[in-house]
Amino acid sequence: MSRIKQTFAQLKAQRKAALIPFITAGDPDPQLTVQILHGLAAAGADIIELGVPFSDPMADGPTIQRASERALKHHVGLKDVLAMVAKFRTTNTVTPIVLMGYANPIEHMGYAVFAEAAAAAGVDGVLTVDIPPEESVAGIFTAAGIDTIFLLSPTTPETRINLVAQKASGFVYYVSLKGVTGSANLDLAEVAGHIPVIRERCGLPVGVGFGIRDAQMAAAIAKFADAVVIGSRIVEEIENSPRDKVVANLTAFVAGVRAAMDAAA
Amino acid sequence: MRIGELPDERGHFGPYGGIFVAETLIAALDQLRQEYELARKDEAFMAEFRHELKHYVGRPSPIYHAKRWSEHLGGAQIYLKREDLNHTGAHKINNTIGQALLARRMGKKRVIAETGAGQHGVASATVAARYGMECVVYMGAEDVARQSPNVYRMKLLGATVVPVSSGSKTLKDALNEAMRDWVTNVESTFYILGTAAGPHPYPMLVRDFQSVIGEECLTQMPDMIGRQPDAVIACVGGGSNAIGIFYPYIDHKDVRLIGVEAGGDGIASGRHAAPLSAGTPGILHGFRSYLMQDENGQIIETHSISAGLDYPGVGPEHAWLKDSGRAEYVAINDDEAMRGFHDLCRFEGIIPALESSHALAHAAKIAPTMSKDQILLVNLSGRGDKDINTVAKLSGITL
Repeated sequence: MSRIKQTFAQLKAQRKAALIPFITAGDPDPQLTVQILHGLAAAGADIIELGVPFSDPMADGPTIQRASERALKHHVGLKDVLAMVAKFRTTNTVTPIVLMGYANPIEHMGYAVFAEAAAAAGVDGVLTVDIPPEESVAGIFTAAGIDTIFLLSPTTPETRINLVAQKASGFVYYVSLKGVTGSANLDLAEVAGHIPVIRERCGLPVGVGFGIRDAQMAAAIAKFADAVVIGSRIVEEIENSPRDKVVANLTAFVAGVRAAMDAAA
Repeated sequence: MRIGELPDERGHFGPYGGIFVAETLIAALDQLRQEYELARKDEAFMAEFRHELKHYVGRPSPIYHAKRWSEHLGGAQIYLKREDLNHTGAHKINNTIGQALLARRMGKKRVIAETGAGQHGVASATVAARYGMECVVYMGAEDVARQSPNVYRMKLLGATVVPVSSGSKTLKDALNEAMRDWVTNVESTFYILGTAAGPHPYPMLVRDFQSVIGEECLTQMPDMIGRQPDAVIACVGGGSNAIGIFYPYIDHKDVRLIGVEAGGDGIASGRHAAPLSAGTPGILHGFRSYLMQDENGQIIETHSISAGLDYPGVGPEHAWLKDSGRAEYVAINDDEAMRGFHDLCRFEGIIPALESSHALAHAAKIAPTMSKDQILLVNLSGRGDKDINTVAKLSGITL
């Protein structure tokens, strides 16, 4: 059983939703990333999305764009990200890591080479924002034991959900609003209405992300979704903290969200 | 499948092209593709497009024999397809009219565009004014500073110009930002993409709208000289003017197709914008093609004297034409392009765009190696008034 599947199974037994924070690898600098990963896991993160920095993050808002730029100042590449995961795995073998990013760094490394290296490093899932199911080589990832996570959005027609279902594994990620990461204006009732259909069609847990700003909102989403993804808000915490307080501030924020989600469960 | 019948249903030209975007945009691209399929078969739509090209743009654009320059070069005869004489001064307007008519057909009242040098921005602002639409143009902050006359033109035409300060602050970042706007406002907004690149169906529909250039040449050349040219030469940034003149010639196998990329300080220097000449395949801005990238697959900064060619990717059909051998691609350095620019000014009384000057420079390079009865047809894709500040600065002159 994959680490992601196992995590969701355990949470389901406890009637809890997964908390999935996102950080960009190498932000604010490469030396801090592994420490941050451990801090997030300790604070109650069930799965961690680790962003692979890219020069042209087309689907991201200004906050995550800046995180990518900070990491790229340190020349953090895909190989470095895999090395960070491998280092994290030396002491944590339970918290799934999902790499999230854009096609080109993986394309450039080669899909099969990447799949093998990622599996060896201890990566559990891959989400490439700009590779829709039609262009996906999910089979290569599956063969390496890596889950392929896809996005679904409010603009996705129902017929496409089936297409995603054929290729998706681990969980599916419902983008809760139109727009880039970090946007505002989330309509909870509308989002809640979409989840049961997706869950049934895909036969996978459904995570909700984009636009989740605080513990209260996370708790509200945890009532109907299988996972809550928080990205820009976490990255802001990194951006606004002095380097020596980054891990402490992130831990405190994530622990607060976790507590609110558990209290509401 | 015959080369000219590409792309396939999902936008592939061989291994290139495709649709590589976030899920949020998939439905909008599907809708655009479906609407375009209907429009191209709708005689009323195509008739209006042709009417606009004739009465608003001033087509057909003439072909001109650059006789004095050809004589000076002492070889092949150089003919120029005069896209510089179009309304707004470049080929860009052919495409923006087509897309604006599509936007209107789809009931979209707001259009957005990206621009580098500002030519596509001006062409988009122009058609938005013509059809009464709101227009927002994204432009890299560096380019806003470098191209202030075009920024003011867009404002005169009623457009809002948004400077983009992320990344390298140039065309590629403007494109990122336009995509982000589109993701956010996908229901109300039509994205007028300026070149034959981006996710399917853009490379196809931009090519189709620009193909009027080559279609005209197919009849104009026999009318003028009794035959087709020996070679067609065009500059390639994203590649819209080149694909526009190449596409109708693809089946004319005896006509060489030569695309000219921006060699900047020279390919060996690494400071250029020539992905077909020195790049490798990858995925950027929604499609697979040749790219300028580093060992980590990060997109690297490009360098060219011409803002319109300063782009790290290239339209997917050009990648396929290169691999299939049907077209050849070369690079012309900044200094060679400058000589082409000055030559055309002095020998023919035509101030060419710096982009087009790359194609001119390559013609000047190969013409002397050819016989006097051979014919080179160069796409003079735009006029150079917009570039006089850049040229003056290089000559140490302050205007």
